[in-house]
Amino acid sequence: MEGLGIVFNLLAYVAAAIFVLGFFSKVVAYFKTPSPLKIPVTPAPKSSAGVVIRLIPEILFFRSLLRGGTAEKILWLGGWLFHVSFLLIILRHLRYFIYPVPEWIMFMQQIGIWAAWVFPLTLLILIARRFLNDRFATISLFQDYFVLILIISIGTTGLLLKYFVRTNLVDVKAFILGLLTLNPTTVPDSPLFLIHFGLILFLLVYFPFSKLMHAWGVLMSPTRMQTDNPREVRHVTPWAE
Amino acid sequence: MADVKAPELTGRIEVPKVKPGASMDQKPTLAKPDLMTKLGFLPEKTPDWREKFLEKMAEVIKKYRSVRIFLDICVRCGACTDKCHYFLSTGDPRNMPVYRQELMRSVYRRYFTKSGKVFRKLAGAQDLTEELLKQWVSYFYQCSECRRCSVFCPYGIDTAEITMAAREILDSIGLGSKYALEIIHKAETIGNNLGMPGPAIRNTLDFVEEDIKELTGADVKLPMDVEGADILLVTPSADFFAVPHIESLAGYAKVFHQAGASWTLSSYASEGGNFGLFIGSYDHMKTINKRIWDAARQLKVKRVIAGECGHAWRILYSFSNTLNGPFDFLDPKYKNPTHICEYTLDLVKKGALKLDKTANDQFSVTFHDSCNVARASRMGNTPGDQFTIPRELINAVANKYVDMPAETIGLRTFCCGGGGGVLTDELIDIRVKGAMPRMQALKTVKDSHGVNFFALICAICKAQFYKIFPYYGIDMDEVGGIHQLVSNAIVLGAKKET
Repeated sequence: MEGLGIVFNLLAYVAAAIFVLGFFSKVVAYFKTPSPLKIPVTPAPKSSAGVVIRLIPEILFFRSLLRGGTAEKILWLGGWLFHVSFLLIILRHLRYFIYPVPEWIMFMQQIGIWAAWVFPLTLLILIARRFLNDRFATISLFQDYFVLILIISIGTTGLLLKYFVRTNLVDVKAFILGLLTLNPTTVPDSPLFLIHFGLILFLLVYFPFSKLMHAWGVLMSPTRMQTDNPREVRHVTPWAE
Repeated sequence: MADVKAPELTGRIEVPKVKPGASMDQKPTLAKPDLMTKLGFLPEKTPDWREKFLEKMAEVIKKYRSVRIFLDICVRCGACTDKCHYFLSTGDPRNMPVYRQELMRSVYRRYFTKSGKVFRKLAGAQDLTEELLKQWVSYFYQCSECRRCSVFCPYGIDTAEITMAAREILDSIGLGSKYALEIIHKAETIGNNLGMPGPAIRNTLDFVEEDIKELTGADVKLPMDVEGADILLVTPSADFFAVPHIESLAGYAKVFHQAGASWTLSSYASEGGNFGLFIGSYDHMKTINKRIWDAARQLKVKRVIAGECGHAWRILYSFSNTLNGPFDFLDPKYKNPTHICEYTLDLVKKGALKLDKTANDQFSVTFHDSCNVARASRMGNTPGDQFTIPRELINAVANKYVDMPAETIGLRTFCCGGGGGVLTDELIDIRVKGAMPRMQALKTVKDSHGVNFFALICAICKAQFYKIFPYYGIDMDEVGGIHQLVSNAIVLGAKKET
């Protein structure tokens, strides 16, 4: 294995480690931070089962966004399609991670490819709305554009690999399986693939230190996941006792 | 009337263009050093304020999961940007919830995150400067903690939590709101926000008794400090003093009278409100709240009922069990505490009250959902009963009722513009403006249904609208409590004294 192979294999493990450790240290920190008071935004469910029912449409359909006006409907369209197409693309990519490839992943291939075309368009919506509206332009930070451009770069390099600068998929699969089985092999002979792969590693490293933590935070937001039963059940937390 | 120009009433709520700094000059008068000291805060800002600021901020982040998570996960999607009444009326971008929070989030990035420490401005981090501190004082006191933004946020991020945390930090470095802190001091030492001693309250109660006697001939009593009564009524002290609040006090008394209930007020716990909430102080909130449950123990009552007050109800309903519970010394037969609207409607449904709805026929009524009742607590058994119970009660005592447009009531209700500690004279400009979305909604039902009674269940809402209505050219007497309508409709004397 020559230089580039060593570098990318090493980078992959480092990035995975940073992602996992970074993500879980945040999750642990969230869990360790108490919620001293009952602060669900009401009307809120009275039981834990009700909370699950409240959260499902929030997570699957971004329900609260649908309460807003036209700007939020556009955001909903861009944001929801972005997340769904991203998910479909990831599912399609599982064929590079699993051997032998299960039937359903083979079935996902065509859907995943359609999603790959939708994907950059959704990101363009998300970028455009940030500078076409004076309120969104005011609140947008460098990192808001940065992460969108990072992900759009991942999407477009992926499309290029699929349609224009094809790479040897056998090599790709060997490389990925080598990583997963802790048996690293050399990298595919494709600069574009290495860019695509490198950008994904960067996204992984970036994830826990950025607003992307909303992926987990949405599950732990006290205003949405607390029950509304303070008269019946006394809520106590350590520091506030 | 102060020289403030109210927005024009058109019936429409339009999203303004962004006007940076438009309301930067609106800030609270700061508390004097001796008051700060009395409440356990630093007397004034010191040269090393930054260290103290960051120390407190670290503590707050560690203490509150809400703050911890909210600072991390906002994606700046902008869904909240046009949901705040103060933004809609001023156009100041710092009144967009996400951009108000950015005042804290940029400091968080700079001093509490790795990326911010390394990449500084590139990562959206901001140094803690005198200029930034000034913005904190202005804009964290232009939030009424009404939670409307959180309804539209995909993650339920509640700016009120950030505002409370910010005020906790500001207090800790010696910058407190004179208005809020004076009230807290009075509540903790005298027992109510207005600083009325027991005998003064007794005078009011005597006056209300005489008034009812004169108007109806009935001997309705307003008892205070009666040991062994069944019910302790805790109501905002404005009910003992202010117009139109006092009309609802008469209403409560008539309801208890007709129900034959044994009830009492307490001179020790003569306040339902609790400004500890507004400044994000767990300790002050607990201290003020404790008086209520101490009084309940001393008076050996069976249950506690809360009068018309929004944030008081939030604290009583959502927090008091945590702060000073459990309430095992009260009668478990009852929900403790109970909201006066729950109590009265229950009596109505049982047929225990004789009501003459025509007594309110001169009124066409609408109801303003108070933010703390709508989005931070509940009445009744089912989520959402906080919307239906007050309306059912109004419909039981009045013939003409109409709701304001759906996007301005219930879960989506607009703040009165004076909540969360904003109800002070020096902030009159932002108060008048902040009421704009609600006033536009009211305008639509005034035009369509001739609404002339604006029914409320919050002492702050009452005080705010009573003051603000004239700026919009509306008669202040159109403001009133639900129990004012109950008071009008209730037929006394059908029952014997108990």
